[in-house]
Amino acid sequence: MTSVAMDGEALAGMVRSIAEHRDQTAFVRLFEHFGPRIKGFLMRQGASDSEADDLAQDVMLTVWRKAGQFDPVKAAASTWIFTIARNRRIDVLRRERRPEPDANDPLLVGEPEPCAETQMSTAQIQVRIREAMATLPPEQVEVLTLSFFEDISHSDIADRLGIPLGTVKSRLRLAFRKVKALVGDEFA
Amino acid sequence: MTVKHHPSEALLLAYAAGHLGEGLSLLMATHLTYCPDCRAAVAEAEAVGGAVMEESAPVVMRDGALDALLGRLDAPAPEARRPAPPSVTRRRPASSPARAVQGGIALPAPLKSYVSDLAGARWQWVGPGVRQLDLMQRPRGRDTARMLRIAPGRVLPHHGHEGLELTVVLQGSFTDEQGRFTAGDLAEIDRDGSHQPIADSGEDCICIIGTDAPLRFSGWVPRMMAPMMGF
Repeated sequence: MTSVAMDGEALAGMVRSIAEHRDQTAFVRLFEHFGPRIKGFLMRQGASDSEADDLAQDVMLTVWRKAGQFDPVKAAASTWIFTIARNRRIDVLRRERRPEPDANDPLLVGEPEPCAETQMSTAQIQVRIREAMATLPPEQVEVLTLSFFEDISHSDIADRLGIPLGTVKSRLRLAFRKVKALVGDEFA
Repeated sequence: MTVKHHPSEALLLAYAAGHLGEGLSLLMATHLTYCPDCRAAVAEAEAVGGAVMEESAPVVMRDGALDALLGRLDAPAPEARRPAPPSVTRRRPASSPARAVQGGIALPAPLKSYVSDLAGARWQWVGPGVRQLDLMQRPRGRDTARMLRIAPGRVLPHHGHEGLELTVVLQGSFTDEQGRFTAGDLAEIDRDGSHQPIADSGEDCICIIGTDAPLRFSGWVPRMMAPMMGF
């Protein structure tokens, strides 16, 4: 495992430090870590160099402004920043909305209370997820990664890899279940 | 409410990755309102997305990006929310309790910005016992989303399609080749699939249907109906 994976707690600490102290030093460290990665990720999704650069800066500005909304119990810093990048991309490049369930909706069907003793921190979960992904067969990692990187449908992935759509879906199912099994019941 | 029919892992991943268009995302958000298990699965897929993003090959930011950004940190944040699309019906004030229960059924929050008043909505006749409400009147992408109200015993025209079609039941139930679908259930038909839902309980079946490509109807009657339905 790289040091990146071990840094989950530290990254979350930096976001909190921005929220609580407007800590610019923490922001610079977060920018140096995530900025180029967000940019690389967006380019793999089809953004041009300058679009990806602008978007990555926008995402980091949102991290600064919304740091107070980051909840380390719910998500790791990288997960939270990923969702900001995803939503900015849809907003700016596709000019669409992405409807989401509303946590305050009276119709929302709640989840059973999690058992506090067995709960891992989200940073630990993130480490487990990376470990789980490292143990997946290459063809499962390929469809899993493609389904995040490329802005294409699973049918397109099937066409590109020259395999039936059903095979793409079954590889994703296997990959997803294995991650879930190795991470435990933290999410379910 | 017990949800029995769920989206596939592939669909949950596509939603988490941000690859679904607005119409299909609206269908997913509606199902997720009713299904804590699928919300947990989306959270897990987002965590995978965070890991994939963090491990993607970094690309150097342009010169001066950090300084430019530091200069913007304390500028006032613009209210950047994209305005909601024009609703298909007249809006009530947000404080009105009638917003929660409309036309006899309660609408999940994600749907409320697309249809504000079911009872007062102008349902379009599309066939005997079948009415529809177009939810995305000015689509930006290829997706479509519509609400259907199907009288007991009525059948939707047989159709196939190039892309994905999702259906989520809000009230009542229908049965198709995959089984029986009640409130909260999501039916997923991919590009090679085809189905013919029958409303099978004593009340109207109200459901929403989203697609990411135009539908193909088979048989001459459905083909005549297709333009009327806007499919």
